[in-house]
Amino acid sequence: MSRLDADNEARARRIMARYPRPRSALIPLLHLAQAQDGYVTSEAMRHIAELIGITPAEVAGTATFYEMFKFHPVGRYLVNVCTNISCWLMGADDLVAHAGATLGVSPGGTTADGMFTLETVECMAACTEAPCLAVNYRYRLRVTPEDFDRLVAAIRAGETAEEIPLHGSLARVDQSIPEDRMAGVVPPEAARAAPVWLAARGSDLQGES
Amino acid sequence: MTATDSLVPGVDVVDVTVDGRTVSAGVGELLIEACERNGVYIPRFCYHPRMASVGMCRMCLVTVDTGRGPSLQPSCMLAVTGPMTVETESPTAVKAQDGVLEFLLANHPLDCPICDKGGECPLQDQTMAYGPGESRFVEEKRHFEKPIAISATVHLDRERCILCDRCTRFADEVAGDPLIHFMGRGGSTEVNTFEGEPFASYFSGNTVQICPVGALTAEPYRFKARPWDLTETVSTAWVDSVGARVSVQSSRNRVLRVAGVDADAVNWGWLSDKERFGFQALNSDGRVTGPLVRDGDELVEASWAAATDRVVAAVSGARPERVGVLGGARLTNEAQYAWAKLAKGVIGTDNVDAQLDDGLPAELVLSLPRATIDEACRPGGVIVLLGIDPKEELGCLYLRLRHAVRVDGATLIEVAPRSTGLAGLAAHSLYPRPGETVDLVEALVAATTGPATGAAGCEASAIAAAAAALVGDVTVIMGRGSLAESADDMAAAATMLSALGSVRFLPALRRGNIYGALDAGLAPGLLPGRVGLAAGADRVAPSWPRIPAGAGLDARAMLAAAAAGRIDVLILLGADPLNDFSDRSLARRGIDGVGTVIAVDMFVNDSVALAADVVLAAAGPTESEGTFTNLEGRVSPMSQKVTPPGTARADWMIASELAIRLGADLGFGSPAEIRAELARVSKLHRPLTEAALASAPVEGVVLTGTEIPVPAVRVSALPRGRDLRLVATRTMYDDGVMLRHCRSSRGLARGPEARVHPTALYRIAAEPASSVRVASKRGHIDATLIVDDGVPAGVVAVGWLAPGAPANALIEAGSSVTEVTVQAR
Amino acid sequence: MATNAYVAHAPGYVDNDGPKIITGRFGYEDSHTLARFEATGGYQGLRRALTMTPGAVHDEVRAAVLLGRGGAGFPAGVKWGFLPPGRYPYYLVVNGDESEPGTYKDRLLMERDPHQLIEGCLITCYALGLSQCFLYVRGEMALAQERIARALDEAYAAGYAGRDVGGTDFSVDVVLTWGAGAYIVGEETALIESLEGHRGMPRLKPPYFPAAIGLYGQPTIVNNVETLSNLGWIMVNGADAYRRYGSDSSPGTRMFAVSGHVRRPGVYELEHGVTTFSELLYGDSFAQGIRAGHELKAFIPGGGSAPWFFGEHLDLALEARPVGAAGSMLGSGAVVVMDETTDAVEAALRLVRFFARESCGKCTPCREGVAWLARILQRIVDGRGRPSDIDLLLDISDNISPGPYPVAAQATRALAAVPFPPRQTTICPLGPSAVAPIVSTIRRFRSEYEAKITRRDSIAVRAAS
Ligand SMILES: Cc1cc2nc3c(=O)[nH]c(=O)nc-3n(C[C@H](O)[C@H](O)[C@H](O)COP(=O)(O)O)c2cc1C
Ligand code: SF4
Ligand code: FES
Repeated sequence: MSRLDADNEARARRIMARYPRPRSALIPLLHLAQAQDGYVTSEAMRHIAELIGITPAEVAGTATFYEMFKFHPVGRYLVNVCTNISCWLMGADDLVAHAGATLGVSPGGTTADGMFTLETVECMAACTEAPCLAVNYRYRLRVTPEDFDRLVAAIRAGETAEEIPLHGSLARVDQSIPEDRMAGVVPPEAARAAPVWLAARGSDLQGES
Repeated sequence: MTATDSLVPGVDVVDVTVDGRTVSAGVGELLIEACERNGVYIPRFCYHPRMASVGMCRMCLVTVDTGRGPSLQPSCMLAVTGPMTVETESPTAVKAQDGVLEFLLANHPLDCPICDKGGECPLQDQTMAYGPGESRFVEEKRHFEKPIAISATVHLDRERCILCDRCTRFADEVAGDPLIHFMGRGGSTEVNTFEGEPFASYFSGNTVQICPVGALTAEPYRFKARPWDLTETVSTAWVDSVGARVSVQSSRNRVLRVAGVDADAVNWGWLSDKERFGFQALNSDGRVTGPLVRDGDELVEASWAAATDRVVAAVSGARPERVGVLGGARLTNEAQYAWAKLAKGVIGTDNVDAQLDDGLPAELVLSLPRATIDEACRPGGVIVLLGIDPKEELGCLYLRLRHAVRVDGATLIEVAPRSTGLAGLAAHSLYPRPGETVDLVEALVAATTGPATGAAGCEASAIAAAAAALVGDVTVIMGRGSLAESADDMAAAATMLSALGSVRFLPALRRGNIYGALDAGLAPGLLPGRVGLAAGADRVAPSWPRIPAGAGLDARAMLAAAAAGRIDVLILLGADPLNDFSDRSLARRGIDGVGTVIAVDMFVNDSVALAADVVLAAAGPTESEGTFTNLEGRVSPMSQKVTPPGTARADWMIASELAIRLGADLGFGSPAEIRAELARVSKLHRPLTEAALASAPVEGVVLTGTEIPVPAVRVSALPRGRDLRLVATRTMYDDGVMLRHCRSSRGLARGPEARVHPTALYRIAAEPASSVRVASKRGHIDATLIVDDGVPAGVVAVGWLAPGAPANALIEAGSSVTEVTVQAR
Repeated sequence: MATNAYVAHAPGYVDNDGPKIITGRFGYEDSHTLARFEATGGYQGLRRALTMTPGAVHDEVRAAVLLGRGGAGFPAGVKWGFLPPGRYPYYLVVNGDESEPGTYKDRLLMERDPHQLIEGCLITCYALGLSQCFLYVRGEMALAQERIARALDEAYAAGYAGRDVGGTDFSVDVVLTWGAGAYIVGEETALIESLEGHRGMPRLKPPYFPAAIGLYGQPTIVNNVETLSNLGWIMVNGADAYRRYGSDSSPGTRMFAVSGHVRRPGVYELEHGVTTFSELLYGDSFAQGIRAGHELKAFIPGGGSAPWFFGEHLDLALEARPVGAAGSMLGSGAVVVMDETTDAVEAALRLVRFFARESCGKCTPCREGVAWLARILQRIVDGRGRPSDIDLLLDISDNISPGPYPVAAQATRALAAVPFPPRQTTICPLGPSAVAPIVSTIRRFRSEYEAKITRRDSIAVRAAS
């Protein structure tokens, strides 16, 4: 229902300015939309299409390819339990079952209070620390059933607010390149010559061998 | 023709071994094409010769050995680079192809018996020929909601879709309307639109034609027939002047489907939806199926004898110079010649005009050196778009131009009253103030040899940049642009461009067979064959009873004369002056002032309903035989596929009949005989022999040459008012009579809109999206105010014939610009 | 000062006593800060590179024989040489999309030592005259994104990145970008598509390397995070010093993640090409053996895409060539260990289901075939298998990856191993990857399939202890 608000639109423009072509900012912009509303709304996709200069269908074509983007409201906390090989070997199925029992939902479901959505996911690159899960992409490793229950209690009690933001917001630090430090975006059609610094060196790139 | 004949000249040829046979292939040619050209058909689904290869379906895998051992390669992606050994039926290749086919069938429903594509389905054919006898896929098939309407005309059954990317590639690459897209990923990938944004492309029907399964179906054809019930004939599309080649398909004397035919020089198999679905108008209940005569306010059915009597009485009672003929672009070349001969050679009037002051002066169009579409689109060429928006007016030309710029590196310079559908691809865009195109072009031409100055509201730097691009072979695609100014501005601009070195012109008048009409002499002062009355007189003399003494009136002068009571008989050859003439008020006064109005038409259009005394029922395209001349001068057959409804007759027969009743025999009894006479009386048409036509059934025969000198054009001074100036341009869908009767295009015409640049808002006391009144000293229309970056400042842009808001209500014919005010309602 | 123990702030990392080239700073809790990086020799490699000609830097990397760590093991210096001269601009795209099942190392490198990676990016840009660098981090890795963003801000502020690097006129922007969850985006051409704002679907080969046609159609170098993390060290210490570690054909060190049924699962930096699987799985400094009371059943030597290995392969060195000759691949440094409690069919299902879920859908055999494979396996696991299913699995596999599939298990049957990678009817290797676990398990554990299909009691299904 909502377009990017003024702050986010300004951020979107800053992000787009870092790429040679605005469309390259599409995924970061979709994350921005998801951070704003907790999921990617149709209105936001239309707005992003306008900003980038493509059709909403093209935005959706890209957006729906990627698993992290949700197009319907999900819980404020998205619990992703890894069930790929290394975690499975170490009991991930039991952890999923336990999580489902604790939350009262099966994978894909959202708790009635809208707090949690439980999902099973593929390898999270924490294989040695199996079984593992992530809540809004903040990792928890070698998770026991007790760990899980404590985590849920802590989230409900608001104790994790510092570490775990609400669903949608990913990194809380944006790269920001100061104008005077920026070397400059180089679009493909702009420079047919070598970068100036390289030309100044008159260097043969291939070296001696 | 041998296999090597069709290789592009200048391309190196190498020997390739295909299934043990040595054949020739061009370096750079795709293997799948090289094999097909040599009689080896490799199965494929995603490959389409008119689009970039994507290699996705993997059906075309063959074994290829380039010296490093055999490997499986998609032949649609592999360009021939040197000698290679290809096995299209090696055990590995066959196993891979069978595997792919089985994979494609795994989730494909078994509903061939109720599928529109059944009987002409590549997937079905492939399965029958090579497929597994019995399915090893015992799992539940993928399910989607059954057909969803992705646009008003196109339905999508996602269960049948094999994700070949043809429709989506077409939408994005060819049409430039990426409104359908792959959504989701992997096994749950589907083609779909964005919610609330239908596949509203002028070219949507092409996706139905190229879908290799029955996933995409067109509403007008759904469940209408089975392919084996249809017979087809190759013909030419009639809705615009591109003359796209089509296959007209009918069953039981009814046209049910029109498909694009791949004419390399013209439309490459593509059609606009108007060309594809326009046939529905021919089948509509609104057709005039027999003669009508006026009885008070009503037109009532009459016999041909009675109707003809009235025509003959009116014509024979009028002096020749008090008879006028308007229109004729709907007719075949043969009918146009018959009518030209009837009007000029029998009746003796030169008050004949196929255009309704909605195009460009006939002498200009016929005199400038003509380019073909291929010449305009040649790789690396320069194209100047003068006035016209091909996307709105000439759909298939738009597709060709898109390809030329996107793929073949042509440079596009846009000189138009507002941004066109090609603006995104234009290297330079210049939007001169209405009526000042000639000033801009003057500055542009000057800037090719000297410093640039600003002109017509365009900046010097922009003019300089565009001028710098005007090098090498330039093609000017010249249209009328806005109908709110007299044609003189564009005509003068075009003439000025012709002074630049090697410039050729592709005139872009829109209306159907308008070029055939001009070539047949359906314009004042002309005779058949692009020749003036005096110069051509000797040639027609042996065949024509008489020849007009001097040049007659054009449409504007004719209507003015009619309004002044100086025209007794006006014959409308498929013309609708009220809607098509540039000045609605004059059109109204004109037809009101005529003694007898005679219409030769398929429909009762607004003018006919208002004023016709007699309507002679005409056969339409697909109902009579003849030829068509496109904007290049290319002549191709218009074939008859069905019989006309009721007692409707071919236009040439109506002319012949009237001639006889007027005491002259036109002297021909068939379209072929007309062509024979045309070739005798016109130097231009001399190459148009039956043999020449027969030897180029798809590409047609291009007529070249002219005997008309480039006319001098005078432009009148512009008013210095501070009002906004009107721009009125044609849109693909409007309130024209054919579209009103075409079921699938009903509702597609955009409502009345007044578009202004954001900076114009301060001059208008109205909110965007609110209803406003656009008024000139002539009249007013009501429209929705839209803010549009593509409209230059100081301009109000409206569509030519939006439903309920005819722009010609605002325009005074012949005035150099139309000044308007915009006010809230 | 190696502790030979886990390091609390680098979860899973074991600080063992081998040589350290890229994990050297992991012991410091603040290893991700510029202060720590500079205090421990950081950006010295870049400074040294800037004193050399770009060509000389490239030569140094070529001489080091730095093999790519993203999976294919192609020497970076050679790949760099594929840039077509003069077709500027060139781009660098850093592959931080780590998602191969069992793989865990790039995330550690990005979270623990982002400056080391940034330094590697800058050295690459300098050596090759690149115009812009895009550091693509997997979408789910929020912490890595934060750490890199902060590190980049520090590097820009300190003059290491952006305009006039290190006070010279060398200027290049390093831009952090990130994905949104799609394994296939790790494939380099899909990565480029994603970075262009498209669906992450691989491009057709040829061209075989994006060095010819890459980002926006321009020549582009794609390197893995771990690959680039080596460059600072190489520029400081030289190619000769680098080649003193590891084997001749695989110099230096490499990070390996050992997961599954071992006593001490963890991420280890070890000498490339020298250490054997046996040492890695059983050595005291490494995984310390199969968990108590159990024995090795099988292990995957190079991530979920690799054909499986068994006991007889333990003595192979962790080096691409011998592993390839034995019918598998070293891939992305992911060793997944399974003991005898593991249900082979279910294990195969996990992996095949993964590939089905992650198939991009572009080509038919992978989109339809792998999904079909997963559904047959699921049916078998659910007790609804048919006797014909085993042959069907193999035949579908053959239609995705035709011909004899490289199967390590064949070695026990005295069949010659087939070199990797396999033939494919697909566009990219993802589809064939799904064939690896199927062929590996059917060859070696066919009886387990048969037992499930005939509904006889199968061996313990529960994998977890
Ligand atoms: C299906 C598939 C997934 C891949 N995933 C990754 C990945 O997550 N990270 C990575 O660095 N390389 C991955 N690769 C390899 C890359 O395509 C590419 O070879 C690599 O990034 C090159 O970097 P390197 O030469 O430094 O190894 C993958 C390849 C395939 C076919
Ligand atoms: S093999 Fe799979 S992942 Fe690779 S291109 Fe084909 S469908 Fe996509
Ligand atoms: S026709 Fe070649 S892959 Fe589809």
